[in-house]
Amino acid sequence: MAILTTPKSAVQLAGQGRPLREHVFRIALLSSLVIALGFLALLLVYVVQDGWPRLDSALWENQPSIRRPETAGIQSGIFGTLWIIALTALMALPTGILAAVYLEEYADKTKWYNRLIELNISNLAAVPSIVYGILGLGLIARWMQFGFTVMTGAMTISLLVLPIVIISAREAIKAVPPSIREGSLALGATQWQTIWRQVLPAAVPGMATGSILALSRAIGEAAPFLMLGAATLVRFNPEGVWSSFTVLPIQIYSFISQSREEFHVLAAAAIVILLAILLLMNSVAIWLRNRYQKRW
Amino acid sequence: MTSGQRRLLGVATAALVVSLSAAACGGNAKPSGESTSAAAPAESGSAAAPAALSGEVKVDGSSTVAPLTQAASELFGEEQPQVKVPVGTSGTGGGFEKFCAGETDISDASRAIKDEEKAACEAKGIKFTELTVATDALTVVVPKENTWATCLTTDQLKKMWEPGAEGKVNSWKDIDAKFPDEPLKLYGPGTDSGTFDYFTDAINGEEGASRKDYSPSENDNDIVNGVKGAKGGLGYFGFTYFEENADTLTAVQVDSGKGCVAPSVETAQNGTYAPLSRPLFIYPSAAATKRPEVAAFLDFYVGNIGAIAKDAKFVPLNAEQEAKLKSDLQALKGLAG
Repeated sequence: MAILTTPKSAVQLAGQGRPLREHVFRIALLSSLVIALGFLALLLVYVVQDGWPRLDSALWENQPSIRRPETAGIQSGIFGTLWIIALTALMALPTGILAAVYLEEYADKTKWYNRLIELNISNLAAVPSIVYGILGLGLIARWMQFGFTVMTGAMTISLLVLPIVIISAREAIKAVPPSIREGSLALGATQWQTIWRQVLPAAVPGMATGSILALSRAIGEAAPFLMLGAATLVRFNPEGVWSSFTVLPIQIYSFISQSREEFHVLAAAAIVILLAILLLMNSVAIWLRNRYQKRW
Repeated sequence: MTSGQRRLLGVATAALVVSLSAAACGGNAKPSGESTSAAAPAESGSAAAPAALSGEVKVDGSSTVAPLTQAASELFGEEQPQVKVPVGTSGTGGGFEKFCAGETDISDASRAIKDEEKAACEAKGIKFTELTVATDALTVVVPKENTWATCLTTDQLKKMWEPGAEGKVNSWKDIDAKFPDEPLKLYGPGTDSGTFDYFTDAINGEEGASRKDYSPSENDNDIVNGVKGAKGGLGYFGFTYFEENADTLTAVQVDSGKGCVAPSVETAQNGTYAPLSRPLFIYPSAAATKRPEVAAFLDFYVGNIGAIAKDAKFVPLNAEQEAKLKSDLQALKGLAG
């Protein structure tokens, strides 16, 4: 709080000289925020209104049903999504963070191959997700013969989020002041000890926020799963990594194309659940950031 | 700031924890709805109470046939809860691709298998049988305000939809001088659809040949809404979609030279609704049929086909087709050895 007041008064002091420009700029900033949040609020109101009649316990207690849309649920989709995200986190986060540590702390940036790797990671972050779906279908599902299972889905999504995890983890490591490293090394710690005991703990909030935002993006993906043949009607929860599965975005997609009105209400209710899971994950990100944040 | 965030977080966490634990407790024990529904089909006759099977029967393919197989999967689940039958909707072509790669056990199809798909299956040594499980009547619809187009000949439909009509046939008057000068607004499925393939083949004489300046959509609800919203609108899709929207849309009768015929369960069944009534298929793999859970699912599907079709609001087979379906399945089992 003390930090917040200082720049605010500084802005006010500077603003006294040219009030008109200051006002215009501030209004421009504020309206950008209002537009962004306004659309989000509109979406939320619209979806909750549409899905309200079906936001009941049957939604998560029952399995989807083509025959009884009025009592159909989305349990298999909720569990499928949670399985995929948990497994993706297990695979993509350690790999991504270790890759980031290598690139920031060990890699010699004057070497051309390290710069090539960096460039490629940035490019991969912009590849459309359907391309990862094709890769997953050809490489993981068919060539590695993993079939259309939770494992295939999670591995594909891991590849999809890996570049984002690496980039955000690198930023977090970069944000650790060099004085911390230098101090640790000066006290006789090895490079490994410095990274493990000083750099990584200090970078946790940034890495956690970036990773969870990357996983949140993965939750909403439907395109790669369409390629991977996540079946649209699955009336059982995944029992392991080799089980068939479906995810919420696929279910929503299939509900919307049904002819009966009840399915459209069900789709809206499923969207609310998807948003609730997203909100929970983002809340965890904020909590982690606040919990571990250090100021130097 | 932080306290506000913390409160928000608390609420969100509580909500999700509650919902997840409810999901975990409610769990699989409770099937959706009650199983006392009138549609719950009778035992298929010959077999005694079947032993509890487990395993997975993988189905993929046409999104038109999927609701039927999904209904079969649900009803079968009441009898064999341990057998999982996931049903995908990759489309007829996408389904055959997976089927001929040996990745699925049964493929749903809204058209017969093509020669190149057959070759792909043969290359992998996959034997199969074509089973006709239901009939569909491709329905041409106009909005209720349209009072003039109660019956259209196949020639008139061709005039509207043929590639040459593009940019030229823009008013109902262009089709028949007796029709009013109302702008013609066409809606139909996209080019990836089996419905599109069938309609263009039956009306324009060549599969895939269609004017391109219509509003295509993979989602039939868009076609319903488009036609509903324009007085001069016209579109086509499966009979089930028309039945769901019969209060706002009129089904046009089709005259293929033998008089006007309205699409209905009867006319689709006896084939008089020509040329737009079409068979819907499933293709089970012979090798998969050896597995008891696949055989049990197929027995159930074929044995209760009438009840399943009625339940999923499909046009059921007539007695003759149903008898053929049953003998085809027996032949497939012979093939499997």
